[in-house]
Amino acid sequence: MVELERLKMSDLEVDIAVIGGGPAGLSAAISAKQKGAKKVIVIDRNNWFGGILPQCIHDGFGIEETGKSMTGSEYAEIYIKKAEKKDIHLINETMVLKLNNNKDITVINRNGLHKIRAKAIILAMGCREKTRWTTMIPGDRPSGIFTAGVAQAFINLYNIMVGKNIVVLGSGDVGLIMARRLKLEGANVLCVVEFLPNPSGLPRNVVQCLDDYDIPLLLSHTITCIHGRERLEGVTIAQVDKKMKIIHGTEKKIKCDTLLLSLGLIPENELSKAVGIKIDNLTGGPIVNQFFETSISGIFACGNCLHVYDIVDNLSKDAKNTGQYATEYANSQNKGINNNNKYIKIIPGSGIRYVIPQRVTKSGKVHFRLRVEKSKEKSTLRIVDKNKEIFNKKLNFVTPSNMIGFNFNITSELLKSSKNLEVVLDE
Amino acid sequence: MRDFQVAIIGGGVIGSAIAWELSKYNIDAIVFEKGSDVASGSSKANSGVIHSGINSSPSSLKARFCVEGNQMFKSLANELGFQVNWIGKYVIAKKEEDIKELEHLKGVGEKNNVSSLEIKNRLSVKLKEPNVDCHAALWVPTAGIIEPYEFTIALAENAAENKINFLLETKVTDLKKQKNGFKIKTNKGEFQTQLLVNAAGLNCREIVSMLEKPDFNIYPCRGEYLVLDRNYHSLIKSMIYPVPKKHSGVLGIHLTPTIKGNILIGPSAEFIDDIDDKKTTDKTMKTLLKEAKEIIPNLPNNSIINAYSGIRCKLVSDKDGGWADYRIEESKKTPGLINLLGIESPGLTAAPAIAKKIVQMISQYIELGYKKRLKTVKKRKHFSELSEQNQVKLIKKDKRWGRIVCRCENVTEIEVAQALSNPLDSKTISSVKYRCRAGMGRCQGGFCTQHIIKIMQKKFGMNIDDITLRSPNSKLFYGRTREVKDE
Repeated sequence: MVELERLKMSDLEVDIAVIGGGPAGLSAAISAKQKGAKKVIVIDRNNWFGGILPQCIHDGFGIEETGKSMTGSEYAEIYIKKAEKKDIHLINETMVLKLNNNKDITVINRNGLHKIRAKAIILAMGCREKTRWTTMIPGDRPSGIFTAGVAQAFINLYNIMVGKNIVVLGSGDVGLIMARRLKLEGANVLCVVEFLPNPSGLPRNVVQCLDDYDIPLLLSHTITCIHGRERLEGVTIAQVDKKMKIIHGTEKKIKCDTLLLSLGLIPENELSKAVGIKIDNLTGGPIVNQFFETSISGIFACGNCLHVYDIVDNLSKDAKNTGQYATEYANSQNKGINNNNKYIKIIPGSGIRYVIPQRVTKSGKVHFRLRVEKSKEKSTLRIVDKNKEIFNKKLNFVTPSNMIGFNFNITSELLKSSKNLEVVLDE
Repeated sequence: MRDFQVAIIGGGVIGSAIAWELSKYNIDAIVFEKGSDVASGSSKANSGVIHSGINSSPSSLKARFCVEGNQMFKSLANELGFQVNWIGKYVIAKKEEDIKELEHLKGVGEKNNVSSLEIKNRLSVKLKEPNVDCHAALWVPTAGIIEPYEFTIALAENAAENKINFLLETKVTDLKKQKNGFKIKTNKGEFQTQLLVNAAGLNCREIVSMLEKPDFNIYPCRGEYLVLDRNYHSLIKSMIYPVPKKHSGVLGIHLTPTIKGNILIGPSAEFIDDIDDKKTTDKTMKTLLKEAKEIIPNLPNNSIINAYSGIRCKLVSDKDGGWADYRIEESKKTPGLINLLGIESPGLTAAPAIAKKIVQMISQYIELGYKKRLKTVKKRKHFSELSEQNQVKLIKKDKRWGRIVCRCENVTEIEVAQALSNPLDSKTISSVKYRCRAGMGRCQGGFCTQHIIKIMQKKFGMNIDDITLRSPNSKLFYGRTREVKDE
């Protein structure tokens, strides 16, 4: 993090430029260096590295990766230290203003505007939280409404209390974690309200954050009105039916001074969109091939800006591979891996919300990740080519909050003969 | 007790415009505003349109001040350093029979001396606005847009720099007529003034009733708006209005581009009982989207980043047609009390012309002499709007220009600090937002609020318990976690 000064030179040429110094960016950068990239830089807007992790002081990070449960800050520390040891240039308080097709990057910081030219770029900008207006919650516009992540930052990074009597809307992981966090800080957490008939966060978080602390979870409920002209004074909640319509007559007013919103995350892709990278409407992130390369040759994407991950372990693993592929691209100058003329399109079929990668451009073993639409006890995952099943896998319990990963070999014959493969989930 | 020559109640666009006009003269004047900043009410929550004058009947005050005001905005924008874009507007006829209405509007406009009005056919509209479908449209090139809060803040801040007093978070609680003027009671103490200007907007009746029995009623009429993400700025280039519904006294739900590229949808029109009930409703938000889609069929879903409402100050009820002219007059019962009643649309456009009229009324009591020296406004552009060359120059001068605090709108640290050093001494999260746009983007302050709080604490010595969102009691926080309190 001493690199700010080095950016005084007005032009920089690097092998790999990583945009975003969260877990994905750091993991990709470390892997790039390990695979032989000479000059690797990581650019971040904040004055710290690790992205959102330093404010995640709860544990549960790194279990799958290391077998040990860590806090977010501990997990981030491991990657930051590794990056520093590997002589990766970490540039903080620096914001990327734009990219172009030639992989020129314009950045700004206290030393001025700078141009950086990279052989390959890795996008790792993370995600942002949905706001009150993404879901259009009606009512007054008082203070006391925070997205869960913003409240988490105030409490854990700045020791500032956001409220005393709290209602949480949305049972995403950040919402569940924050319900517990506020309870531990002595606040009165009245309830967590969830629109869907099932919780959106990981099952382990429902148990450890709500059940263990007697915080009620109101499923199939929503907030129909916000009250309070200056500070929040209360919310009206109501039940919703199977078709997600409000059941009139079930409205109930709850007095509270704070509303936390955990409504989901949106991949941050303003830079990607501005340079013309194709975006998948289902994930909100770039369309990539199995090498995590976007529709623009030499620009790769990983982490939550690609799609919102369930746990950081999976995210770091994919980012590590992204770092490797980007390095192979930068070193060999092999422009062949992104073949935009000839590829198989991977289509999410019935029961599937989305699949990564969306394109397969080369034959070989491909690792797929997907999320399902609904929870199911027993099901079969299939890949279908022109109405013919070419792969199946039996799955036990599946739920939208847990990502599913599997490998499938794309033969060169298949690559030649097929245009689309559909992934479906059957009973 | 401080004694003034003129006291203005209300720091909306009308009060601020009067204050600015007065600031050119040697006069001891004060503005009382109960909100934490100027433009806290309807002046902030409107379409930001500089109207041409085609909608008010000839010989009305609305028409007269609107047309006069419209012509003043070009030089005002230069003098005060705010932006105005003359993008023009289309009033669109969806059906053949609506063309009669377009001709009627054109006739009214021409009587009001609005120039260059033209009825365009479907194809000619399509050429300029490919996303809009209509039968024909009235083209009004003299209509423009501003950011209404930017204008009001510019008026008030320049007035303050030229020695007009502004007291924020100051509510007038009682008024007494005295021999040579008025005694004013507020939550911040008592004051005296020779002349009293009632520019209290929706509260104008409450102010009058402190001195006399009002001969009018206020019928608040709420208008809700939706704000689109800047990513969709290219959907329209001009303002797109429907043909106004008859006998409603409002213009109908329209689409208005803003200076910074967010498109506004609205406003609705709903008569309500409570002048402060600025909520948004599920029903109206859905109606707004539906009506907007009737104008632009391919308007994307999930493009909304914010919603708000503003309230029109109407002097006539819905039942009686909803249209009344402004009342700008000195009270007959209480000499020295100048009332501005029912100032609704096109009040933003009319404000500078109305202010001139009020100052003329004041000059009948007080001899006004020009100030020898006036502080002028330096034209300010947002950092993100500057050329790379100029950005580099600024960063060389002060490193804080290189630190982006609000990533959605690319607002720098120094712009936040400048916003907090405003001459009105308004220091809320909203007063930062309305001065430099930090927090106005698609994440709605998710990323920048913590940085702004840090600047408020470190650079301005503010205590976290005193930080508010936008009004005196809208506090943001409840102290520190695990705070050790002294016994």
